Amino acid sequence: MGRVSSPAPIEVDQPETDEVTELDRPWVTIVWNDPVNLMSYVAYVFKSYFGYADEKAHELMMKVHNDGRAVVATGPREEMERHVQAMHEYGLWATLQRSDA
Amino acid sequence: MKAFERRKRDRVRAEFEPAEAALLTNLLGQVVELLRDRNGPEESSPDPLFGQLGTTGSSIPPDDPVLKRLLPDAYRDDDEAAADFRRFTERSLSTVKVENAQAVVASLVAGGFDVDDPDQSEATVEVELGERAVQAWLRSLTDVRLALAARLGIESEEDAESAEESDDEAVSVVIDIYDWLGFVQESLVQALD
Repeated sequence: MGRVSSPAPIEVDQPETDEVTELDRPWVTIVWNDPVNLMSYVAYVFKSYFGYADEKAHELMMKVHNDGRAVVATGPREEMERHVQAMHEYGLWATLQRSDA
Repeated sequence: MKAFERRKRDRVRAEFEPAEAALLTNLLGQVVELLRDRNGPEESSPDPLFGQLGTTGSSIPPDDPVLKRLLPDAYRDDDEAAADFRRFTERSLSTVKVENAQAVVASLVAGGFDVDDPDQSEATVEVELGERAVQAWLRSLTDVRLALAARLGIESEEDAESAEESDDEAVSVVIDIYDWLGFVQESLVQALD
């Protein structure tokens, strides 16, 4: 690739931008892998609680199994707290946090 | 035991031997006892406002590995948020788990199991579950399996494998029960499919 002389960087008010994105970033519910819960049960929970189709529920379950974790829902904090509480009732290991993206 | 199978509509059915029903009841009782030791008896306030406000519980996670797994932190990297969440939700989570366990025992009793004297039970405990009971069974079977796994120190797939292959008789007795509960739950999930 050819070299282009780079222009001087434009001054950006970085902190303010960060603050806005921080507030805009949604929350996520994460389900973590554990060695106890049956794969069929985890897929069943995703299907029956979140209302996901068979295929998506299976995909998410496999992601938990293979990657150790999966984001299973995204949205406002209060909603994610309800999801986490529900997952704990099912015996799944779940947490919430701000989205990484 | 005869595995769960689908009946008409949303009902599922299974058969247990009285000894199996007694074992399950005993394990559920141990989980209930642990939860009550931590959170006291279930809240059953007739005052809806009071019930809604609830009484707050501990904000400190339990030390016991079983309780730690049954009542996990909701936030992984934010101790303050985890403590707040626990203070306001742990007691109700604990109550739900106790109620699920009680619902499981109730369906065993309805199927002919005698809690006070298992020998007086019907020769076959026939369990038939509707939608609500199914949900209680799924969750309670999970809680008991989580509890046994925590007692065995199973935290990873490798731990599970080495426990399954253990020569220690005390471990293999528990593993047999753990596997049996897995079989019961698997058959229940399959029957719902």
